[in-house]
Amino acid sequence: MGLEEKLPSGIMLASVEKLANWSRQSSLWPATFGLACCAIEMMTTGGPRYDLSRFGMEVFRASPRQADLMIVAGRVSQKMAPVLRQIYDQMSEPKWVLSMGVCASSGGMFNNYAIVQGVDHVVPVDMYLPGCPPRPEMLIDAIMKLHAKINEEPMGPRRAEEKAERGEELPLPPSSVKHAPKSTREARLAEVPANEVEGRRRSTIPLELLEER
Amino acid sequence: MGMFDPIKGFGVTFSTMFKKVVTEQYPEEFHPTAPRYRARHQLNRHPDGLEKCVGCELCAWACPADAIFVEGGDNTEEERYSPGERYGKDYQINYLRCIGCGLCVEACPTRSLTMINFYELADDDRRKLIYTKEDLMAPLLPGMEEPPHPMRLGDDEQDYYTYGPELERDRSGKDEEALQ
Repeated sequence: MGLEEKLPSGIMLASVEKLANWSRQSSLWPATFGLACCAIEMMTTGGPRYDLSRFGMEVFRASPRQADLMIVAGRVSQKMAPVLRQIYDQMSEPKWVLSMGVCASSGGMFNNYAIVQGVDHVVPVDMYLPGCPPRPEMLIDAIMKLHAKINEEPMGPRRAEEKAERGEELPLPPSSVKHAPKSTREARLAEVPANEVEGRRRSTIPLELLEER
Repeated sequence: MGMFDPIKGFGVTFSTMFKKVVTEQYPEEFHPTAPRYRARHQLNRHPDGLEKCVGCELCAWACPADAIFVEGGDNTEEERYSPGERYGKDYQINYLRCIGCGLCVEACPTRSLTMINFYELADDDRRKLIYTKEDLMAPLLPGMEEPPHPMRLGDDEQDYYTYGPELERDRSGKDEEALQ
């Protein structure tokens, strides 16, 4: 990922990994990359009502060199794609991409020649957020899930191998359940559809079936 | 312009300290959406548990983003999923395309497809965001029975649509009598 790859193996300990991940997820600075209407919701999320600074994320950096997270908010046109890729390349490692809204995730309702059908054609995406546009809570939910992912990120190739061998899938329960205080968790759990909760995750369509279509 | 103007600004800052905080503490505190907020779909059931979806594909036709895939199947007397001839054999909604416009809900002739308020859908896997029929089906309420099973509320689908709620009330009344 960065420095840790150059260190000789055996120096990095699991607790160092935890510390590094914790500090990375606690101050994840997003790059300003609003492209369309989703950006309005992104700005609202940064505003006082939803207040991203609660998670140490209030500084939307105009310079990609100072940012860790690119929130692709809005439809990416074919003309914008190289610009987006350049911004991504200019960001310093480690970096993450959150594809916000259906247009960024898959082209959404704009299935035409002008729009890139999913930003993952251009950059690797760590979190997909559906919605048109997603409400600020949905963005915060996606960010919390991304935080959980960053927390579990392996440090260096050896740890990555170990984790891949174990083959565990990181559960991503709804944030309002995961972060609910104990007093209200049961009540919130009852409101959430059963198949959305951890342990009973949604079924995935087999890959072969998708390729068939 | 007065000499106190520069200090007036601090006055605004100071008075804000006594105002109510507007921030919603989202992940810890959950504020429900408006009741008709359109977030995720649900495929509803008849009171006896049979599916309301008849596999007509009108929702897929209405969808401006081409997010819905439906494949209908034929009901048989041995294997019945919905009253009437046809049922939705395969039903998929791609939430990476769905824009939540609700045109599919308007198009649905049997009120099978409706939307619920659950919105925390973000995931790191594209495939997980294609919801299949099992994910979208409404949970079984008390008195419901997982299909396939024969029609419990009448002889044909007309009974379900015209007298469905009444029949259900009668049936549950009878159940209560039987219990007593």
